[in-house]
Amino acid sequence: MSGIEETSNVSSEFQEERSEEEVEEEIGYEDPFRYVFYRDRKEWADLEPVPQDDGPNPVVKIAYSDKFTDVYDYFRALLKNDEKSDRALLLTAEAIELNAANYTVWHYRRVLLQALEKDLREEMRYITAIIEDQPKNYQVWHHRRMVVEWLNDPSEELEFIAEILSQDAKNYHAWQHRQWVIKEYKLWDSELEYVEQLLEEDVRNNSAWNQRHYIISHTTGYSDPAILNREVQYSLKQIKKAPHNESVWNYLKGILQDLGLSSHPGLLEQILELKETHCSPYLLGFLVDIYEDFLENTLEHHEEVLSKALELCELLAREKDTIRREYWSYVGRSLQTKYGSSDSSTTTSAPGSDSGSKPLSH
Amino acid sequence: MLDKHADYIAAYGSKKDDYEYTLSEYLRMSGIYWGLTVMDLMGQLTRMNQQEISDFIKSCQHDCGGVSASIGHDPHVLYTLSAVQILSLYDNVNVLDVDKVVEYVRGLQQEDGSFAGDKWGEIDTRFSFCAVATLALLGRLDAINMDKAVEFVLSCMNFDGGFGCRPGSESHAGQIYCCTGFLSIAGQLHQVNADLLGWWLCERQLPSGGLNGRPEKLPDVCYSWWVLASLKIIGRIHWIDKSKLRSFILACQDEETGGFADRPGDMVDPFHTLFGVAGLSLLGEGQIKDVNPVLCMPEDVLERLGLHPDLLS
Repeated sequence: MSGIEETSNVSSEFQEERSEEEVEEEIGYEDPFRYVFYRDRKEWADLEPVPQDDGPNPVVKIAYSDKFTDVYDYFRALLKNDEKSDRALLLTAEAIELNAANYTVWHYRRVLLQALEKDLREEMRYITAIIEDQPKNYQVWHHRRMVVEWLNDPSEELEFIAEILSQDAKNYHAWQHRQWVIKEYKLWDSELEYVEQLLEEDVRNNSAWNQRHYIISHTTGYSDPAILNREVQYSLKQIKKAPHNESVWNYLKGILQDLGLSSHPGLLEQILELKETHCSPYLLGFLVDIYEDFLENTLEHHEEVLSKALELCELLAREKDTIRREYWSYVGRSLQTKYGSSDSSTTTSAPGSDSGSKPLSH
Repeated sequence: MLDKHADYIAAYGSKKDDYEYTLSEYLRMSGIYWGLTVMDLMGQLTRMNQQEISDFIKSCQHDCGGVSASIGHDPHVLYTLSAVQILSLYDNVNVLDVDKVVEYVRGLQQEDGSFAGDKWGEIDTRFSFCAVATLALLGRLDAINMDKAVEFVLSCMNFDGGFGCRPGSESHAGQIYCCTGFLSIAGQLHQVNADLLGWWLCERQLPSGGLNGRPEKLPDVCYSWWVLASLKIIGRIHWIDKSKLRSFILACQDEETGGFADRPGDMVDPFHTLFGVAGLSLLGEGQIKDVNPVLCMPEDVLERLGLHPDLLS
């Protein structure tokens, strides 16, 4: 359960870690700034390091790298003594550098920050640096959120998150944090503009489309026909730029499904026009959805519309989106069952499938 | 190849993967759950040391009732679930103080029905799942406010039919698994728009046959679990091209070392090994035990516990 996105942490930490050779080389040069183990530091001599305890009968014998062992032995000592000191705080930073996913170290750091009444602005600078280094980790973002809450100051957030997103525009943690900041501190004003900028850079960025929906839902909403039409036209424009784009089609369907896809004036015509020049499996699927909505809400032209829809389902199953042929066959059968008359011919009905109708739900 | 995978898991941690093993201490409890579950699915649970593991789990329960990932770590609902899952495999949940576990989980529920992961308050639908899964295994679902819990999870349903970690968060296959699993345990699957969500889920399949977690992302074998199990729960697993997916999963095996990686050619680990094998089980692989799509545990274990979480047909 905890593994979602976290295994990528383990491997990204791998890449960040300096090699044993690099560390050894450094020590060999007797550099005055060379790393000194905690066990050799005078000012830590009062503490008894606590070795790793894997349980009464350790399942495995583990060989750690020296520095890691040293730091964590002393971290465990601090925990054991419940020590609240500046040196403890410094040690947590070392422990974090070695393993930023260790949530216990982060907990302890927060306890220390409060107990020692540390400068939280400095902590903001610290967490900024850590996140820049390891942006795909739950703990670092949660820590940042706590600091922002303690300071009650979101003023750096939007810019910082934008910086992180400029490195990976789909970072799930970054987007969570951004949504929280915006909602908590009511920073809605320039977000739509930011989303548009991201979509200019990559129109297939699903996170940005999700954010677009988030912003509009929480501000103007979609019930104003002018807003809805603006969004429909914006979507169609993006489709022209990149027709094979899952996100924009999901967005378009998403914003129209409550009112009904077939109810939007002129939409069907625009889609049919696009079909000639910017066709895609998504477009064809969307057409099926429009026809289905039409069948649900009108009584006229059923046979004609049904036949068009079934033809498309067949085309998608057979040729345009074969990997999802089971889905398209299902859609075709459902339409046939729900809207077909007993003597309308169809190429997609499965034998004996009419015992229970499975209407498409919207 | 199953024997090779079993050998890989049985030996994990005792070889030179030491550094990676150390780095993953903060999730050790889940690591053990992944290893044991995949061994059980392959019929090789007896190769693992039940006594040592039970003793380890016992020493990870804290005074508040919650369980930590390892000794000296803080309790968290993620590792509390993993511990209960492990002990369920062995049919001895009483290694833990069960009442205290229930109390811990109950204490994590917030006013809006959501669940925090631990005392520091991070909210995520993953934790809603962990909470109800833990309680279901212990037969104590009555301990929380289920209506409110359902209300919160449903508030995380998006315009595309999917679910995110908090209201408004982007739909993500991992979160969808947690939410559909949650709704199954809560008996509320009828609230899901199964056709719409099923469509979003089967759209995860790429030409290579593998599954991704969100639009325009790379495939990863763990999504063979999150996506496939979700589809199974909502009764639409046949919307995936099974043979193409099976080929992808098999290509993620390492024929030399055993185990599965996230995608072909990468390094293996226990996490991806479990989800590769579990995915194959859902696809009907004969030599692997049936896996329950809601709890990701062998069906025979749940049978013994009398647990039959809902599935849509």
